[in-house]
Amino acid sequence: MVTMHTGTDISTHRIWSLLAEVMDPEVPVLSITDLGIVRDVRLHNDETEIVITPTYSGCPAMDAISMNIRMVLLAAGYKNIRVSQVLSPAWTTDWMTGQGRQKLKEYGIAPPNARQQVCHPDLFAAEEAVQCPHCHSYHTHRISEFGSTACKALYQCDDCREPFDYFKCH
Amino acid sequence: MKQPLIDYTLHLADTTLILAQCNAEWCGHGPILEQDIAITNISLDLLGQARSFYQYAATLRADGSTEDSLAYLRTEREFKNCLLAEQPNGDWGQTVLRQFFFSAYQHILYRQLQTGHPGDSQLAAIAAKALKEVTYHLRWSSEWVIRLGDGTDESRHRMLHAISELWMYTGELFEPASFEAAIGIGTSGMKEEWTRKVEEVFDEAGLPVPEKTFMQKGGKEGLHTEHLGYILAELQHLQRTYPGAEW
Repeated sequence: MVTMHTGTDISTHRIWSLLAEVMDPEVPVLSITDLGIVRDVRLHNDETEIVITPTYSGCPAMDAISMNIRMVLLAAGYKNIRVSQVLSPAWTTDWMTGQGRQKLKEYGIAPPNARQQVCHPDLFAAEEAVQCPHCHSYHTHRISEFGSTACKALYQCDDCREPFDYFKCH
Repeated sequence: MKQPLIDYTLHLADTTLILAQCNAEWCGHGPILEQDIAITNISLDLLGQARSFYQYAATLRADGSTEDSLAYLRTEREFKNCLLAEQPNGDWGQTVLRQFFFSAYQHILYRQLQTGHPGDSQLAAIAAKALKEVTYHLRWSSEWVIRLGDGTDESRHRMLHAISELWMYTGELFEPASFEAAIGIGTSGMKEEWTRKVEEVFDEAGLPVPEKTFMQKGGKEGLHTEHLGYILAELQHLQRTYPGAEW
């Protein structure tokens, strides 16, 4: 996120802070700015345009997120609102803020590893060392690469035995 | 120039939609819960790609069509999906093999598309967005082909059967349709790279790569196997019966 709007216009500052209150419906502790999916805020005369990008192509949360953005801005007095989607450049877990990663962990979801390790087609790759969000052990193993939502994989901790979601590298 | 681009975009949309629909049939029926979730996640990714392609096709057509009208209100002969995507799920081995053949192809195709080939920035954006998902699909399906091919006598026997069912539909992927030729989409070189991947995985799985044989084609031009009609009948039933229904 930091790299994306260093030149934030003072007039959009309030909108950005309002957007920080819009939560991801599937991971309700994470705001859409924590997630890094708000790409731009543009003001054209009396119209406010919010540009967002999906995490995954088929992310079913995008429609709900668009509606929630609209609700929050309407409640704050903005009238003419447009939420548009862009695909390029493609979202990556690198755009998730440090604060977002911390919140995820506290919520019980292991945040994406800083260095992406498994985004290649090599077979039977060594599993990523993923830290258990409950007991902080690295002694964990992957149960399934696909989890409860498109963005997560399922892991289990070998020390505290708790299964947990891992926000997988993307 | 525009019509071939529309047709090509629809071809990409139809292929991903139909494979998504077939994979989704596993929902609640997967061999174990984790794999049920895996195949339906793959279905969801493909559906998301299909939506992006349909939305773009609707924009290009600029005739009032929408992603929904393109998916729900076109007939079998108008669908341009490749034949592989519409082949029946069969058993788990056949579904896994269909996904592997397709993901190996898609992984090459999207890497080409994202570099701007055939010079269309929206197709490049959709491909770049989807490539990481496809990477997961390719790895997952490759590992299952190996696990089953190199598993028990029964699983190996099933994989051999799956190969005999599906192999004849792989040739079409690399035969340019008229619209692909018109926009200069290159399928040359892709076949060699795809074959190398199949050989690598089959070798690991102890499965034989079939000899040169007759290949079916026609799907991209709207000539389908009998399976597509049934798929569309189910997929389009609601919108055909209650036009414009929403929920």
